[in-house]
Amino acid sequence: MWYRSASFILDQQQNDGVAQPESRLLSPTAPSPSMAETPQQNPKISAYYQTRAAHHGVVSSDWLAQAQAAVGRQADEAVSDDSLSLKSGESPKAFSVIDEFNNWRKQPELAEAVAAIRALASVIRSSEANTMMELEIELKKASDSLKSWDTTSISLTAGCDLFMRYVTRTSALEYEDFNSAKSRLLERAEKFGEISYKARRIIAMLSQDFIFDGCTILVHGFSRVVLEVLRTAAQNRKLFRIFCTEGRPDRTGLRLSNELAKLDVPVKLLIDSAVAYSMDEVDMVFVGADGVVESGGIINMMGTYQIALVAKSMSKPVYVAAESYKFARLYPLNQKDMVPALRPIDFGVPIPSKVEVETSARDYTPPQYLTLLFTDLGVLTPSVVSDELIQLYL
Amino acid sequence: MEARRVPRAVSDPKVRQVGFFAPGAPPDRSQSGPPHPASSSPPVSDISPSGNSLSPVMIPPPRHLSADLARGPHFSPAAPLSPMRAARDSIPVGSYNPSEFVAPTASEFTDDALSPNWTARRSNSGKFASSLPAGGFDMSSLKQNNFPASSLTTVSIVNMPPGITEKDGGAGVEVQKERSKTGSKASSKPLKEQTTKAERRAIQEAQRAAKAATKGDGSKTPAASSGLGSSANANPGKAAKASPQKKDNSPVAASEKRGSDRPQDKDRKKDVPHPRMQFDDKSRVEKAKKRSVVKQTEAKNRVELFRHLPQYEHGTRLPELESKLFQLDPVHPAVYKVGLRYLAGDISGGNARCIAMLQAFQESIKDYSTPPEKALIRDLTSKINSYVSFLIECRPLSISMGNAIRFLKSKIAKLPLALSESEAKAILLSDIDRFINEKIILADKVIVRHAVTKIRDGDVLLTYGSSSAVELLLIHAHELGKNFRVVVVDSRPKLEGKLLLRRLVGKGISCTYTHINAVSYIMHEVTRVFLGASSVLSNGTVYSRVGTACVAMVAHQFRVPVLICCEAYKFHERVQLDSICSNELGDPDMIAKVPGRKEIDSLDDWANSDNLQLLNLIYDATPSDYVSMIITDYGMIPPTSVPVIVREYRREHLWT
Repeated sequence: MWYRSASFILDQQQNDGVAQPESRLLSPTAPSPSMAETPQQNPKISAYYQTRAAHHGVVSSDWLAQAQAAVGRQADEAVSDDSLSLKSGESPKAFSVIDEFNNWRKQPELAEAVAAIRALASVIRSSEANTMMELEIELKKASDSLKSWDTTSISLTAGCDLFMRYVTRTSALEYEDFNSAKSRLLERAEKFGEISYKARRIIAMLSQDFIFDGCTILVHGFSRVVLEVLRTAAQNRKLFRIFCTEGRPDRTGLRLSNELAKLDVPVKLLIDSAVAYSMDEVDMVFVGADGVVESGGIINMMGTYQIALVAKSMSKPVYVAAESYKFARLYPLNQKDMVPALRPIDFGVPIPSKVEVETSARDYTPPQYLTLLFTDLGVLTPSVVSDELIQLYL
Repeated sequence: MEARRVPRAVSDPKVRQVGFFAPGAPPDRSQSGPPHPASSSPPVSDISPSGNSLSPVMIPPPRHLSADLARGPHFSPAAPLSPMRAARDSIPVGSYNPSEFVAPTASEFTDDALSPNWTARRSNSGKFASSLPAGGFDMSSLKQNNFPASSLTTVSIVNMPPGITEKDGGAGVEVQKERSKTGSKASSKPLKEQTTKAERRAIQEAQRAAKAATKGDGSKTPAASSGLGSSANANPGKAAKASPQKKDNSPVAASEKRGSDRPQDKDRKKDVPHPRMQFDDKSRVEKAKKRSVVKQTEAKNRVELFRHLPQYEHGTRLPELESKLFQLDPVHPAVYKVGLRYLAGDISGGNARCIAMLQAFQESIKDYSTPPEKALIRDLTSKINSYVSFLIECRPLSISMGNAIRFLKSKIAKLPLALSESEAKAILLSDIDRFINEKIILADKVIVRHAVTKIRDGDVLLTYGSSSAVELLLIHAHELGKNFRVVVVDSRPKLEGKLLLRRLVGKGISCTYTHINAVSYIMHEVTRVFLGASSVLSNGTVYSRVGTACVAMVAHQFRVPVLICCEAYKFHERVQLDSICSNELGDPDMIAKVPGRKEIDSLDDWANSDNLQLLNLIYDATPSDYVSMIITDYGMIPPTSVPVIVREYRREHLWT
């Protein structure tokens, strides 16, 4: 898992090498303050994409060497993850949900929303509230602070909302005494975290029916769900070929292709502008999503929309893999109708100051260009998303 | 393969359950789903097996026969269609049922409303949600011209007895007398009917005394044949007459059949909606006219495609009505007033009409006192029914009004029997207040709150006609200090946009006013289109002021998002594909004349020329493809999710 090391490099750069990666992983109660502060320091960059950069790493010239070094570490990481989840129970004196969240967030395999869910669960655990109402208010406050910590992350917001919905909406709460109610809440919170954590696995299982032998799949962006889907397919000995877009500006495609190469899946890299050129060879398009909105459309990395448009005009199916905690109560009407998530773009050469640069990091793909959504709730058509959301929030 | 399948079977359902559905939360859709298939299927199954069991008691009305013969050839092709038709009928489209015309006090609705069953509400809603005036017929109209007019006649003739049986004794007799009066008036009524009726009455009296559930054959005949009538669309010819017997079987156990025809009848009625009045069916229209309170003159030159819709000559109704003010004892003055105002066009707009109607009902409930030997639940429902049919004669109900009436009736029906009259009235009054507040006024506020998030600085918003929700939205957005411009698009003949424009300009909003002719020009600069709706149907079709579809289509073509503001109480489970089958016709004079421009009023005597027909449609249907978003009190939803809202909303109705 070389990207692990890539993120370490980045972390090291950010933290001036204060903490060794391993030691930090094992001491979750001592979070680095700089991580929590970063989004506020640089408002030009969406915190969401900072996290992603931290996790997936910007591909640097020595990434191959990093990858080699990181491979050996995989085994003991699982152990450290477990100990981490156990340890998070004992929280420090001044408990901060943001710190907790940042701790969880450091695990690259853990999605942001799941980290938030776990952080909120530990809020319940460490809460000193004596009544249900107090606890709920506390929880609400924590989730609000999480949400306001990074307003650009859709899955974070949606995950927090869903957690609140799922955990606090129990009929048992009314007649039980506080302690048992609290433990029930905790139980539910844990369960919810568990479900969210397993969602990726479920999606991978569900999507196997759609990958047939000999197919060519176009993938855009680095999505952990899509990677899981492809990994499962490879493990199931399916024969398929991947076209991977480069994914400028953070070159997420390179990372994905590297992952896939390790799985012995034939991969071909395309520059982002070669999508239409190679679309006729493609059998299906597979993308992840930052968020699934109420119309059934998705918000995803820049370029998804144009790929979907090309695929639609060439009658290729577009499949989206997204966990249900990414379902958000948003309804963008067009591209500009979203909270912009900005991200700096490195053009390699200095850009004159008069030239404006579009730094938005994601776009909105309307539902009519999507074929199916693979979620942990099942394989859905885009229109079902809104039905699910209505059921959830009504 | 195995590796794939096993985990799937395990993980998928588990997650589905646990996922995000709190166990304590409302039942998931698997529970809410069933009612639909269940309610729509009975008619289908009812009809298919019906053909072969002829009832020994049944006497086909003579008229029926002749008409059948005349129309014979049409029937056979219709037969195979029957399940389809039945299905369609089970979601009755609009309009009132013909039996209403037989006697406005018919207790048709009583039993519908009384039944706790889904179906009842369903069919009820259909009836009320009509946009057709009294005596509207089934939407399937065009296709069903071939369908036995006479068998429909039978419906109206015979529908009475079930009503009687369901009522308490006294009422029954009264109604029956009334019935027979009207019966004798109606030339089409066969003599046989009269005798049966007498017989029936006798039997009923005996029955009442005994308080036994059993019932003589005499009354069964009409009851059964009434079933026929309503199902007749599917059962052509003589076979149809046999059908009710079979029909009764499906809802109720077969063993019960002999003993309790009446409850069965009730069930059957719930299942089979009454066909809507088709105004191109002359004999039916004649009959309906005889009963109507408001004497209306039908317009002569009607456009071919819209003959099934009622159209009256303007100005013929009002004086007539006014003169009848003191003769009309069944109609409460408040209701009467509202009806007149509908007729005169003083009250327009879905919400305004609905609120006015509900308030009138409130007045009438305040003044209501249960007659001796009657149950409040039943008597009040029939009262409301008669008011509703009066209102329909003034102007066809809108779907929103239909839903409100449905709500009120279900409230009445669910009143505990033990309640005293004053308590029951107080409950109803507060229920109506709550409906007005929650479903209309508060809903509008919530809609505005949602919609305002979609208005940004620099936007150019286009609206068409005058929608109260959109007006509130624009004013609210302006109060929030948003910087936007409004384009008000308007159209002849009503020019409702002018009033909206006046109010918006009064608030200091910068506006542009144009007619619909220029919509393709103005659309370039528009960034959002906000439209109101009279109703949203479950396939996402938006039923709204005529012209809305045009605006939405142009906007769609220009890739401008179209947002529909519509309160959830206006949603309806009906599906409509075009604007023809259910619509309302306005006064053709309105489009023939141009006020203030004598020199171009060349159509002055248009009514005298046979080869000129004017069409003044009131509504049109906007396909869901052209709608980007529907903003309701439940949030912003895509048009594909309307059925979910309809379902949830319904459930709420059931529970409260």
